[in-house]
Amino acid sequence: MTTVPDRLDRRFRDAAASAGLLDVAYDFADSPVGTLLVAASAHGICRISFDPEPERELEALARAFGARVLRSPGPVDGVRRELDEYFEGERREFDLPVDLTPLPDFQQQVLRELVLVPYGHVDTYGALARRVGRPRAARAVGGALNRNPIPIVVPCHRIVGASGSLTGYAGGLDRKQALLGLEGAILPQ
Amino acid sequence: MMDVVAALPPFERFYEERKDEIFGYLTRLLGREAAEDAFQETFLRALRAYGKLQHGRHLRAWAFTIATRVAVDERRRSKASAEPPEIAVHDERPAYEELAHLAGGLPPKERAAVVLRYGYDLSYDDIGDALGSSAEAARAAASSGVRRLRRKENA
Repeated sequence: MTTVPDRLDRRFRDAAASAGLLDVAYDFADSPVGTLLVAASAHGICRISFDPEPERELEALARAFGARVLRSPGPVDGVRRELDEYFEGERREFDLPVDLTPLPDFQQQVLRELVLVPYGHVDTYGALARRVGRPRAARAVGGALNRNPIPIVVPCHRIVGASGSLTGYAGGLDRKQALLGLEGAILPQ
Repeated sequence: MMDVVAALPPFERFYEERKDEIFGYLTRLLGREAAEDAFQETFLRALRAYGKLQHGRHLRAWAFTIATRVAVDERRRSKASAEPPEIAVHDERPAYEELAHLAGGLPPKERAAVVLRYGYDLSYDDIGDALGSSAEAARAAASSGVRRLRRKENA
């Protein structure tokens, strides 16, 4: 069986991205909290996934953004660099835009408000619910955070229970703790 | 309900499933060097059209169709310098083996028809699509190619 040489494969993946033919480009990134799948649409970062199962991730990306999903490192280099800097403690805010467009309005609203919670601080589900004008919707806010497609950059790890307990995290509580530890966050007692 | 089998897969999966086979096919048609450029062009063309596909049926034949057109364009373009390239046979495909070392001298469409039929087992309907002709014309191109090869073999 003839196999495509790596350099030819890489050349095609680069050309596809440079020609602007991709709905989503993705690649993998090593991090202290494990391998991450990072993906970007034409409008910005659209997915960061812990413990990625590529098959499932790609299907989901194709449904949300279009079928032209291809592994191509170029377009996600910037995201990877910012993540590296974050994990080295040299970056407190992410500069790259995020693409939340496929999400329901309420979830977008919650995530946009969430981005305003600063590095090293935590807030509660209830407070976030109040800030989006739905004070009784703490539970719905929890749901919106649980389905956050861009963890770390959209910092859902900074939201904790009213008692200061970590409550939950789609990537696992160990990771939530690790991220808050990295940021030097002090939990309310 | 959505037909799961026929749903259009993410391009990554289509590309991973098809890339080696298409590269082998292009290598047979064009020789190794020209196949490299044709490979990239084939999948860029596929990518341009992919967003408009309605389902994931016949993707294999579709990939061969695009590759064939790219190869025919390429042969036309480089006709001036046309020594037919050596056919590199990397695949072990017994049914095709006898013809493979000879197919290099055929006109592009006959060559594609022979390779698609005997090398990759495509139906004449699919080969017709690939060549931009009818199934009957594809069958005729393949048999004419085979006859020509037999004559060469016996010459």
